[in-house]
Amino acid sequence: MGYLVRRLLQTLPTIAAILVVTFVMVQLAPGDAVDALAGGGGDEAYYDYLRSYLQLDRPLLEQFFSYAGHLLRGDLGISFVQGGRPVAELIGERMPATLLLIGTALLIAGAGGLVLGSLAARRPFGPFDMGISTTALIGYSLPAFWLAQLALIALAFRAGLFPIQGMTEARADYSGLAHYLDVGRHLVLPALVLATSDLALLTRVTRAGLIQELDRDYVRTAKGLGLREREVVVRHALPNALLPVVTVIGNRVGLLFTVTVIVETVFGWPGLGTLLLQAAQTRDRPLLLGMVLVVAAFVALANLVTDMVYGWIDPRIRYD
Amino acid sequence: MLRRALRTPSGLVGALLLLIVATTALLANVIAPGKPTASAGPSLQSPSLDHLMGTDNYGRDMFRAVAHGTRTSMTVVVAVVVMSLIIGLFVGMVSGYTGGVVDAVLMRITEMFQSVPRFFLAILVVGFFGAGLDKLILLLGLTSWDLLARVVRAESLSLRRREFVDAARSVGTSPARILLRHILPNVLPSAVVVASLLGSRVILIEAALAFIGLGDPNAISLGYLLENAQHFLSQAWWMSVFPGSAIAVVVLGLNLSGDAVNDLLNPLGAEAARPRRLTGGRWRRRSDRPRGGPVPAPPVPAPR
Repeated sequence: MGYLVRRLLQTLPTIAAILVVTFVMVQLAPGDAVDALAGGGGDEAYYDYLRSYLQLDRPLLEQFFSYAGHLLRGDLGISFVQGGRPVAELIGERMPATLLLIGTALLIAGAGGLVLGSLAARRPFGPFDMGISTTALIGYSLPAFWLAQLALIALAFRAGLFPIQGMTEARADYSGLAHYLDVGRHLVLPALVLATSDLALLTRVTRAGLIQELDRDYVRTAKGLGLREREVVVRHALPNALLPVVTVIGNRVGLLFTVTVIVETVFGWPGLGTLLLQAAQTRDRPLLLGMVLVVAAFVALANLVTDMVYGWIDPRIRYD
Repeated sequence: MLRRALRTPSGLVGALLLLIVATTALLANVIAPGKPTASAGPSLQSPSLDHLMGTDNYGRDMFRAVAHGTRTSMTVVVAVVVMSLIIGLFVGMVSGYTGGVVDAVLMRITEMFQSVPRFFLAILVVGFFGAGLDKLILLLGLTSWDLLARVVRAESLSLRRREFVDAARSVGTSPARILLRHILPNVLPSAVVVASLLGSRVILIEAALAFIGLGDPNAISLGYLLENAQHFLSQAWWMSVFPGSAIAVVVLGLNLSGDAVNDLLNPLGAEAARPRRLTGGRWRRRSDRPRGGPVPAPPVPAPR
């Protein structure tokens, strides 16, 4: 319990830093909200009125606390470009689609990585291992958006196996089970492409960790006692090799959000990625800011959860 | 150390790939002369003898575009890696060697930089300040050193207890001199491994930014080429395959080289247990010295 509290407290400076950095960036950028709203060449008196109405003439420190206060209450401002809709609402609309994609990809990468890595570690440098390791290395090196394009070219355009864009079939109007199946069919390519890089990485990390564990004395004891290979690996060696795997997953979540943005763009998946792209291209500052804050919060949360899992897996860490 | 890495298969292939990339980047103007943005022939031609990699929708020669694009991307990578090395080595060595309060403070700062989502920060910066290669290099260079610092710190921590450091200290060598002449040469191999990984990440970020239209509009980069290809996927596969392969070659080269050096520094299981052969000629090499203390194997960061 003390460990939990300590970890939570450690996240506070990071959150504070993110708030400060984003606030400073808004202040440093050329032009302010009034310029964005009202454009140039207008009545100066009106601008001054707008500024005082929007509280832009208050001292910076007061503005910062007002900003932080609103943020912590969930008010992310209003998007000028998108007709005054609240940013939180815009983000909330697109969030489920992205979470679905990321969740599926993480599952594939995690489960697949553990399985493939374990299989590869049984006979290190043997034919199976060399095949898996080489494939993993190549898979890790391919940029995801290029892989997405290749997948589209090969599997969608040429072979016609998978749909080309979007999350649902636009012309049909499915509901219930048919709807879920339709989404699933559209989910396959993006999720696989997204999972590739982490799948490759997790395979390599699991393999490396497991090879080290399998060399240890307790494994030799277990084998000597007559335990079957599967039991030794899954119930004894693998849990000990999990620590670096958890580290890597936690470390990669931030990157995963980044890659998701790109993959969503290539596949036309209607999630946060495409929204972010829109915001960047139309220079929609409130929406941009809101999205970056949400993603940063998610990453911080992911780090926290990773450390929690750490403490749960390895009790030694809890008590240091 | 480098020569030994070249003898392993992954090291050799990695080095070869990097050599190809470096040559292309440095000699882009020689092997593919002419402005990459100039129209060179009929548009959307598949690869042929005239245009080795085909032409794009504007009629630009893809080979020229890829060569110059590689040069742009590699400029960013090298600049960012150098900046990160300078900052990371400094922070890591000072933190690991000094210990105490200095170490704690520096590590908190490093953690803060670690949680910064670089890609999104770059998007923010472009959205607020406009696009540009120099801004990108500055941003990435200042925020990518965290892993380097941590790895270097771990190495420095174990090195400061070694006999040769004690010896230097007892003779009255100043800490700065110890850092420069004793610690630095020994942390460099691990730093190089992390640096190569960092490089592969940087080129991916740079390409991704260009892909979503936030790259430098004045510079042809591989990401921009891929974005252009997006609209012609069903018609011109060469517009996507060649620039993408270029990126893949860079990343693969960096990963392989980094892996080769890493395997030498942190051998797994069976190899570590096997006794090392004494090489004929020289009795001992610095790289043959047994590692002192548990060293976390890069690229996996150790728990805090």
